[in-house]
Amino acid sequence: MFDYGMFQFSSKEEVIEKSIACWNPGKTKFWRDAGIDLVIDRREGYLIYDMNGKRLIDLHINGGTFNFGHRNTELVGALKTALDRFDIGNHWFPSVARTALAEALVKVCPGFDYAFFAPGGAEAIDVAIKSARYTTQRRKVISIIKGYHGHSGLSVATGDSRFSKIFLSDRPDEFTQVPFNDLGAMERALSAQDIAAVILETIPATYGFPMPHEGYNRSVKALCEKYGALYIADEVQTGLLRTGEMWGWQSYGVQPDIFVSAKGISGGIYPFAVTMLTKKTGAWMEEDGAAHISTSGGAEPGCFVALKVLEILQRPEVRANVQYLTRYFSDAFHDIIRSDGDVVVGLRQKGVVIGVEFAHHEGGVHASRALYENGVWAIFSSLDKRVLQFKPGVLMSSALAEEVVDRFRVAIPRMRELIARAPSARSAA
Amino acid sequence: MAPETPETLNFSSYRDTYGAMLDRAGWAATTFSRYDRATTLKIAGAVARAAYGKAAHYAEWAVRETSFGVVEDKRLKNELCSLGVFETYRDTDYIGPVIDQSRKTVRIARPAGVILALTPSTNPVATVFFKTILALLTRNAIVICPHPAAKACCADAADLIAAEAVRAGAPDGVIQVVREPSIPALEGLMSDERIDLVVATGGPAVVRAAYRSGTPSFGVGPGNGPVYVDSSADLAAAATRIVESKSFDNSILCTNESVVLAEEAIADRLLRALQTSGAHVCSPGEREKLRAFLWRDGGFNIGAIGKDASVIARACGFDVPGNTRILLVPIDRVLPEEHFTREKLCPVLGFAVVTGTDEAIRAARMMNRKSGGGHSAAIHSQNEMTIMTYAAGVPALRIVVNAPCSQGAAGFGSNLGPTMTIGTGFMGGSALGENLTPASLINWSSIAYPTDPRMPFGNFEGLTPWKTPNSTIPDEQPSSVSAFDEMADLREKIRALVRDELNSALGRT
Repeated sequence: MFDYGMFQFSSKEEVIEKSIACWNPGKTKFWRDAGIDLVIDRREGYLIYDMNGKRLIDLHINGGTFNFGHRNTELVGALKTALDRFDIGNHWFPSVARTALAEALVKVCPGFDYAFFAPGGAEAIDVAIKSARYTTQRRKVISIIKGYHGHSGLSVATGDSRFSKIFLSDRPDEFTQVPFNDLGAMERALSAQDIAAVILETIPATYGFPMPHEGYNRSVKALCEKYGALYIADEVQTGLLRTGEMWGWQSYGVQPDIFVSAKGISGGIYPFAVTMLTKKTGAWMEEDGAAHISTSGGAEPGCFVALKVLEILQRPEVRANVQYLTRYFSDAFHDIIRSDGDVVVGLRQKGVVIGVEFAHHEGGVHASRALYENGVWAIFSSLDKRVLQFKPGVLMSSALAEEVVDRFRVAIPRMRELIARAPSARSAA
Repeated sequence: MAPETPETLNFSSYRDTYGAMLDRAGWAATTFSRYDRATTLKIAGAVARAAYGKAAHYAEWAVRETSFGVVEDKRLKNELCSLGVFETYRDTDYIGPVIDQSRKTVRIARPAGVILALTPSTNPVATVFFKTILALLTRNAIVICPHPAAKACCADAADLIAAEAVRAGAPDGVIQVVREPSIPALEGLMSDERIDLVVATGGPAVVRAAYRSGTPSFGVGPGNGPVYVDSSADLAAAATRIVESKSFDNSILCTNESVVLAEEAIADRLLRALQTSGAHVCSPGEREKLRAFLWRDGGFNIGAIGKDASVIARACGFDVPGNTRILLVPIDRVLPEEHFTREKLCPVLGFAVVTGTDEAIRAARMMNRKSGGGHSAAIHSQNEMTIMTYAAGVPALRIVVNAPCSQGAAGFGSNLGPTMTIGTGFMGGSALGENLTPASLINWSSIAYPTDPRMPFGNFEGLTPWKTPNSTIPDEQPSSVSAFDEMADLREKIRALVRDELNSALGRT
């Protein structure tokens, strides 16, 4: 019997059955069929435990949501304390918590003047696109093929058609996609001078972290300036020290006009997102500050959590930890590529934003499963299954990092086995 | 009725949390543990030189911040605990591999990892330097937790040497300091599983807490040193050394002499010789004033620690001649209820007459029965059998002969390891019985072959498991061993300098 106080389940199987019946049949069945029978129960730091007690090191961290680990004690403490006095607040009025967070954000985002809050990344992306449209009085938006910016009205239209066509939400007339790292295609798309903005994940996450070519982000920004478009950086997965700098755009020396942070900004403790705007791109708030309303956007308990996140990120020890992790995983994977080059062929890395490339075209999927069986949870890249997203949190200790690599090595024979058995193995070879 | 909401919200602050610091230390320890010997010595040497260069600066700061001790003596201790310690140990191999052909073994050093170093208010910066250099020589990371009364000078010194260490190629975070030390912080740190070893120098409560923490620990107990002077001793020399020792840094080293045990036959002459050397012999009236001042509310008066003899006398309401260096207090019997038989971290020295060696031993045992066991004792004698008998009888693990006990027991001017951490062993509630040396901070992995002569020993010559670090060094390439040889001249000069300083401090110029 699993007793959670407000509800009980007799077994994990019961949860899965009822989940198929009442929650989401497709999603639940997908994982079951993939051999990943995970129902996460307890969680602490970078460890998650299945209902049946299986221990997993979390390298998925939901795209940086658990950048500080699960239930980080300082963040939990901040939220609990804030709830002694605050609730989500009234979005119509200025608030102490929102003001304090906005001021703190402006301080750590050089070149930006306003912080606009949303309950999630997709809405923050919508605000970014709306702001760009207002500023340029143009409608069209360019994004990257296999880019990913969320699932709300405008954000979903920037992404892969898998997520928009099913809901008849693709808008080919307003949203154009060009290949990543292709400046020629980007310039051709911009040259009509009718583009409001280019939106770019600083490193495309769901695409498996292909690294931008030298100067790519800066060149795109220059092209935007040339053709009167704005540059929107989606920093949901690359911000918050994950590339080694507070924001990914700082790592690449590019100054966006608008950028978005979400997920890790509130440490998986409270839903929160922010769109950072300049005087110019946030000018619509002068004309009509209630033009975009979000009841839960900037909810005050979340502001306290986000403030704590910013404070932690500015500690020198945390920066040092990221540097150590960066070097450690770089060395470890280069060793693995040398010793097991038939399986693992490449490493895409900027800080702790890491994609592991496999020889097999679905190697990431098989690796994900083999790692799961060996106590590590890392998800393949859904838009490039050759790649495994490998995302250590910025606070990961040396002992745990070592364990991750040890487990990865133990899992390699199993990866090899799964790949050999895969139906498409022959065609890939 | 509206529910109450709190007036102020108390959020934990950065100061409450040391997790990131310990993780950083963990990375540093892991990285450092694979360094080769040349790079390790380069780092320890650079830190020792930087610390040596700031010896006077931190001596002055420590006295200003704690009001304990003497600037000039603290400067000397800072010098000895920086370059002095480095020079003592630089030629000993704490890294390996060490091949022993005859025993068919190869030993490979395994650092403790992350060391939590507690440093006292009495010898603050000297202990920071000392423990850090020991940690660096053995490729350990160190987290320094200073006594709150000396936190500013210790943090500043730690920052200085941390920067120097990284400049010399040490991994980032190898030296860190707790800026806001407190009892809860200390207890949390000591029991944190990311700490591999606690090296506690401090009061008995702290030492016991270290052992209770469950983390491997070296805690060292307090001292209370008896000094026996027998009839064979050179009395003038003995008196000079005792006064030198008792006045050194105003008696703040725990190795200082607490009570002179004078053999009856020479007691009067010794008393006069001590007077000649700068001791003021207190009258019974002065003794009682002193007693009332030094012991208050059942404990020792912190306000007296490390103060000048004349300052203490004035505070008690009597004057002493201007050249007075210590206050000598004759006592009738050596029993625990006699306050002056207890530890006194100030230039106040008890003086008792004993009939001979047996009574001296009994008196010493009486002094150390409750506290001070396993620490230090001194003897001034020409008679080896007396020295042997005394050494085997007193509850001390280092018995200094014909030398100042403060310095000699701490390994300055003797061949004991120069130290700020005196192991008090089993009789003093400690797992460490010797002076803390680099060897205390490592374990050895031993490769062991069969003794059977038919089974050959492997050829390990020229093999090493260590790497010369590359990417961890930002600016310069690690120097080779030969670079050290070029430094030999400078090194010899520094050694001579340290030797001279030491000799003059010991009154043997």
